[in-house]
Amino acid sequence: MKEELAEILAPYVGQRGATIPVLQKVQAKLGYLPEEALREVATALRMPVSEVYGVATFYAQFRFVPRGERTIKVCLGTACHVRGAQKVLETVETELGTEAGGTTADRRYSLEKVACFGSCGLAPVMVIEKDVHGRMNATKVKQVIKEDQQRNWGDGAHPKEVTAKAATTPVDGGQ
Amino acid sequence: MKFEELQKRARERWEALQNSPKPRILVGAATCGRAAGALAVIDALHEALDKHGVEADIMQVGCIGFCYAEVLVDIIKPGRPRICYQSVTPKIAATLVEDYLVKDNPRPDLALCVVGEGSVEGILAFKDLPMMRGQVRVAGRNCGHIDPTDIDHYLANGGYVGFVKALGMTPQEVIETTKRSGLRGRGGAGFPTGQKWEFCRNATGTPKYLICNADEGDPGAFMDRSLLEGDPHSVLEGMLIGAYAIGSEEGYIYVRAEYPLAIERLIRAIEQMEDYGLLGENILGSGFNFHLKIKEGAGAFVCGEETALMASIEGKRGMPRSRPPFPANAGLWGKPSNVNNVETFANVPEIFSKGADWYAAYGQDRSKGTKTFALAGKINRTGLIEVPLGITLREVIFDIGGGIPDGKKFKAAQTGGPIGGCIPESLLDLPIGFESLTAAGALMGSGGLVIMDEDTCMVDVARYFLAFAQSESCGKCVPCRVGTKQMLDILVDITQGRGRIEDLDLLKELGETVSSASLCALGGGAPNPVMSTLKHFYHEYEAHILQKSCPAGVCKALISFYINPEKCKGCLICLRACPAGAITGVAKQVHVINQEMCTKCGTCFDVCPTRFRAVEKRTGSVQRELVGVEQP
Repeated sequence: MKEELAEILAPYVGQRGATIPVLQKVQAKLGYLPEEALREVATALRMPVSEVYGVATFYAQFRFVPRGERTIKVCLGTACHVRGAQKVLETVETELGTEAGGTTADRRYSLEKVACFGSCGLAPVMVIEKDVHGRMNATKVKQVIKEDQQRNWGDGAHPKEVTAKAATTPVDGGQ
Repeated sequence: MKFEELQKRARERWEALQNSPKPRILVGAATCGRAAGALAVIDALHEALDKHGVEADIMQVGCIGFCYAEVLVDIIKPGRPRICYQSVTPKIAATLVEDYLVKDNPRPDLALCVVGEGSVEGILAFKDLPMMRGQVRVAGRNCGHIDPTDIDHYLANGGYVGFVKALGMTPQEVIETTKRSGLRGRGGAGFPTGQKWEFCRNATGTPKYLICNADEGDPGAFMDRSLLEGDPHSVLEGMLIGAYAIGSEEGYIYVRAEYPLAIERLIRAIEQMEDYGLLGENILGSGFNFHLKIKEGAGAFVCGEETALMASIEGKRGMPRSRPPFPANAGLWGKPSNVNNVETFANVPEIFSKGADWYAAYGQDRSKGTKTFALAGKINRTGLIEVPLGITLREVIFDIGGGIPDGKKFKAAQTGGPIGGCIPESLLDLPIGFESLTAAGALMGSGGLVIMDEDTCMVDVARYFLAFAQSESCGKCVPCRVGTKQMLDILVDITQGRGRIEDLDLLKELGETVSSASLCALGGGAPNPVMSTLKHFYHEYEAHILQKSCPAGVCKALISFYINPEKCKGCLICLRACPAGAITGVAKQVHVINQEMCTKCGTCFDVCPTRFRAVEKRTGSVQRELVGVEQP
């Protein structure tokens, strides 16, 4: 781990203010933030691990479990909410066989809820990796996911079962 | 190079582009355009151009704000007016290349409008579009018209003129001019910008930091994203003027990580400014130095609060702190700091190039100038609009926004994001201003305007916002951390049919406490959606509690789906679509929903053909009869 992160950490040694960009870079490299990585970051920035962990858990962007190859984010912002985002989310959950915050058993997809992408004019919206899909409904969701599966793995298999649950901020605390 | 030379070279390049012998195609490819499929349209355009052997320049531009009509493609044939086409798909793109570029038929049936000079029969002019009526574009002056990745486009369209004028003034004169314009913070609180700059200028201590708050966190607001993606230099020029006014040599732009394209555009724009000597040491030979860094947020709504934002830049948890000391005296790293919002900065250059009085002529009372609003939700023309303050909500929603889709009835306009409020029909003639909205129990906020119709349940909306505020509460102060949780629990109970009438008084009491005792604006405003809906939609709360009924048919625990045997034609559509397999029946015979198996997902309701409308939502006593539950 130490060698793996040496290049990222070198320019930041002793810079307490650099916590967030460093964690972002580490996560970009490893895909998530394992405990060992947090310890390396703390050593490099000369901060207590508890403090680094405190910062990392405060922000929704940081994850502590590995995730799927591709991430699907469903927007639950206000405009999406009044235009049926909950239904979009439920459809994705059914299609992938995993709940929001989870990863499919074959590690192909992770599913997240997000508060707003700023594409409210096209609500409801979902995002696969960096591709934004607007004006979603149950039928379009199924189609988009199927196309994505075919494009990436050449099949339309439905990965079932939930494995790990990622730490994400819940957007909707109610129903 | 001198500014005049930069400007001259930029204008020459721009002119050459305008007089290009090749047709030009502009595609609105900001995040929203891309969501609607702009990149696929660009591919289709390239393919069609190759196929027909036509040469043309394709340019990606920002968003002109017509989200409802995305993907937008503008075609400019040499010597012809600029025609903007709406709802372009890859197929339509290929058609346009063939019909207009090859055969010279402008296809008025596919067009939205003609932009700029000239006219084409059968196509409306841009300014005559219903959505443009009453709009004045100041902050969004260039969005959708220039290439945001090319600084010369900005320079050729009056860019950096305001900054050069400001450099010719003393910092105090810059502050006075800003004050005279009446510009107030566009991020939400509406603090007078000139005054804010003056506080920071007069503060002792160096260095001084100038920060741009681009952590646009309000769900339903996307003007800052649009400005950064469509015209980043307007924001950066505003920052230069602000930095000069307060005497800052170091600045930060705090952008939320959910906006990768905006970050990409900013990085590019900053590089270009450095190349042109508009950023760095001794800018344009004036002796004024300014350096700029981009800080990426990491996903925390509360970081839009300025003290939390500064904590986040310092690498800490983004928690607000009590004031005083105010950031002007002790902000980032304990030094004098000034935070302004993206849209505020984007207005500043125009105030200097066109004059403070010109700007102040727009608006009314203490709310001067223009404000950008993001129209979203149940409204026909979703998009971004910029209007002079003082316009009424009715004009915005019905004239500019085109009213409510599908002949539904307007119920409420939600302004100010999760800490704003809901405005009912009776207050629609209210002129929009900072004070007037606050008096109505809402908030100007950053300008998100989410429209709700009769199918929106206001109790559910209050629950939704509170769930948001509760999950985004940083946990530092008790009223917000505990109070929002308690309020949310009560609201969840009400939406699930477990509410008691005395809960409503308790909600009000809790709301008042949370709002007055919380440390920052998040806690202070968190009860607003609840308080405003209690005030204006009390009967909906009563219906949920007393009749166990959700009049809008939203709260799942209080509704059931029912197939009306008189209307059902036995078409099998809902039966096949039901993900729970809860519908039984055979072709041409009435279908029935098994209430025990039904998950209330509403798929049957959505797929039942509109000519039948056989699936109905039932709530209240008829719902309980249906599912066989005792009456309360």
